[in-house]
Amino acid sequence: MKPVHLIVAASLLAALPASAGKLYISSEKDNAVTVLESGSLKPLGKIKTGDKPRDLVFSPDRKKLYVACGEGSRIDVIDTATDKVIGKLNVGEDPERFVFSPDGKTVWATLEEDGIVSGTDVASGKRLAEIPVGDEPEGILITPDGKTIYATSEVANLVHVIDVASKTVKANISVGNRPRRFALTPDGTTLWVSNELSGTISIIDTRTNAVTGEVKFQPKGFRAEDITPVGILMTRDGSTAYVTMGSANHIAKVDVKTRDVKGYLLTGGRPWGIALTRDEKTLYVTNGQSDDMAVIDVASFKLAKAVPVGRVPYTVGILE
Amino acid sequence: MKRLLTLIALALLATIPVARAADMPFRIGYLEWSEDPRYRNERIKAEYPLLPWGRPFAAAEQAIKETAFSGSALKLRFELLKREAADATAMVEMIKAMVTAGVHYVIVDADGAVMADVAKRTAGLPVTLFNIAAQDDALRGAQCSAKLLHVIPNHAMLTDALAQYLVLRRWSNVLVLQGPLPADAALAAAWARSAKRLGLKIVDTRPFKLGLDPRERELNNLQLLTGSKDYDAVFVADTDGEFARNVPYQTAKPRIVVGASGLVADAWHWSWERDGARQLNNRLLKAAGRHVTSYDWAAWMAVKSIVEAVIRAGTPDYAKSYAYLRGPDIVIDGFKGFRMGYRPWDGQLRQPILLNTGNYAIAVAPIEGFLDPVNNLDTLGFDARETACPKAQALGSGSGVAK
Repeated sequence: MKPVHLIVAASLLAALPASAGKLYISSEKDNAVTVLESGSLKPLGKIKTGDKPRDLVFSPDRKKLYVACGEGSRIDVIDTATDKVIGKLNVGEDPERFVFSPDGKTVWATLEEDGIVSGTDVASGKRLAEIPVGDEPEGILITPDGKTIYATSEVANLVHVIDVASKTVKANISVGNRPRRFALTPDGTTLWVSNELSGTISIIDTRTNAVTGEVKFQPKGFRAEDITPVGILMTRDGSTAYVTMGSANHIAKVDVKTRDVKGYLLTGGRPWGIALTRDEKTLYVTNGQSDDMAVIDVASFKLAKAVPVGRVPYTVGILE
Repeated sequence: MKRLLTLIALALLATIPVARAADMPFRIGYLEWSEDPRYRNERIKAEYPLLPWGRPFAAAEQAIKETAFSGSALKLRFELLKREAADATAMVEMIKAMVTAGVHYVIVDADGAVMADVAKRTAGLPVTLFNIAAQDDALRGAQCSAKLLHVIPNHAMLTDALAQYLVLRRWSNVLVLQGPLPADAALAAAWARSAKRLGLKIVDTRPFKLGLDPRERELNNLQLLTGSKDYDAVFVADTDGEFARNVPYQTAKPRIVVGASGLVADAWHWSWERDGARQLNNRLLKAAGRHVTSYDWAAWMAVKSIVEAVIRAGTPDYAKSYAYLRGPDIVIDGFKGFRMGYRPWDGQLRQPILLNTGNYAIAVAPIEGFLDPVNNLDTLGFDARETACPKAQALGSGSGVAK
């Protein structure tokens, strides 16, 4: 891996959020979640978790942080007031990614090893559903009405459409190769899925389950095989999407309506995780192969800072 | 776990068969050479690094399992049609029967000589063969065929990978020990080509012979075989494997051993864990009941290639899926990071090569810094300019979609 030199533009530091929130970053190889103060980026501590912590999600009331520990076959529950692990939830073996139902009562998780999407009652820990899907399920998204779940299978190159009420797969949508993660437009009609190996985004019309378009990436100086999009998020108004490019060490800014790539920004080694502050002024990107997190000023689309955050940082969660 | 399995079984019963019963079967041929000496029991048990540790059929079956969902949109159900035959003539008859039954892709597990013979005698049929076993460079050169695709890497790819690694480490002087078999000579020739290409120096090439006969000790005694000259590494050109496993730690000088033992370049390793390989190795281990080798990976990969082409072509039509398979757009995921596809000029699957010790893949080639103008994977093996395939033009290397 080529060393990536990051230049800190002092003027951009002003763009850092002033509000005193916290950032939680999972480190796959440290078996820990690093906590930073979001304004100063000052380290506040490290929370020991189960083995190989990857995805992390706040409970809808933001009082708890749930961390999927793949090797530990569990989700650790962290109290965000005390930053202590207060419990764990068993959702099945090798959980990869997960979401909460809109009412916060159910956790839906992709189980990589068994090729299953599981539903678990958060209060009782009772398993509500185990839905077989294609091998190595990864990305998962639940619609705001809680009626539909989308999950990717990295091996079958499919997006599974799951009906929550009947707990069955009602459609399989063929997308690019090694589909990873999702973003849904605010009107719910368009679903974006990142295809890591194809180096593209497939755009799905959720009313017809048809693939209606594709976004291709060509950051300068990189070959097709280095362009491996994984992380993806959309702004609240659905106008802009940000996509992490993996081996290409950049993130891309995409106009959702026109599907044009508006720019690329170098963030560090193998960016995957991405999160946006509520005021949509700051983006955080975790770089898995340079062990740091990039802080990006949204308005100028420039790098403000990069801070070390443990070995193989995976996901960043923002508590405001 | 048991409850989980029951739930899965119930769920499968509830959904898949109902949906899939109506699906049309898409059958892929799988042909074994029953007399294949590589699978003699004592050979398998020895677990030689460059040789199979068992028949790879279970890995092909695993790949079929992974298509449970992917064929559904086309209403296709992928299946394997397994046959075995005792010699090339019988194998050709089997393939003819498969073609008559509507099969157009056949995975063949046989050595180079049998493969060449079978490919030649089926070249006129509407069928594409997948070579998952024979590493002979000649199959990609003089004996190439538009109807023969190679999933397993050839010797030149393996030796290029190893040579890149030695260059990286600056271990430039190499002593070659060469076995008595024609295949050993071919492997030594591949190494000589790689060494020349990458600027390594072969200080000497010495023939070896298995045995303890004191009259032949200059051929069988490692102290003598590896003595007198200095070198950084010993390359053992031993396709049989039995001699090679004795070489590490027994050289006259404290030097590393590469080739058929020590540091071995290969398509796969059971310890490979990057690029999602941990999950694949877990699945293959479960399916095969043992650690898997490059041959198992190749059988799995052959099925994945066919399925990918059929699904992306959007039809079971042979001509259309074949065109996609050989075209520039195919992206096959082999769990080695790079997107893979078949070289237009000789039908070889371009792929990264792992550098394996006994229990770990320590590096992967192309090694950083070895560059090709178009695709760095083409720094391994024969690129479009070097190919000796006389049909290269017809296969597409001159058509502008060469890479």
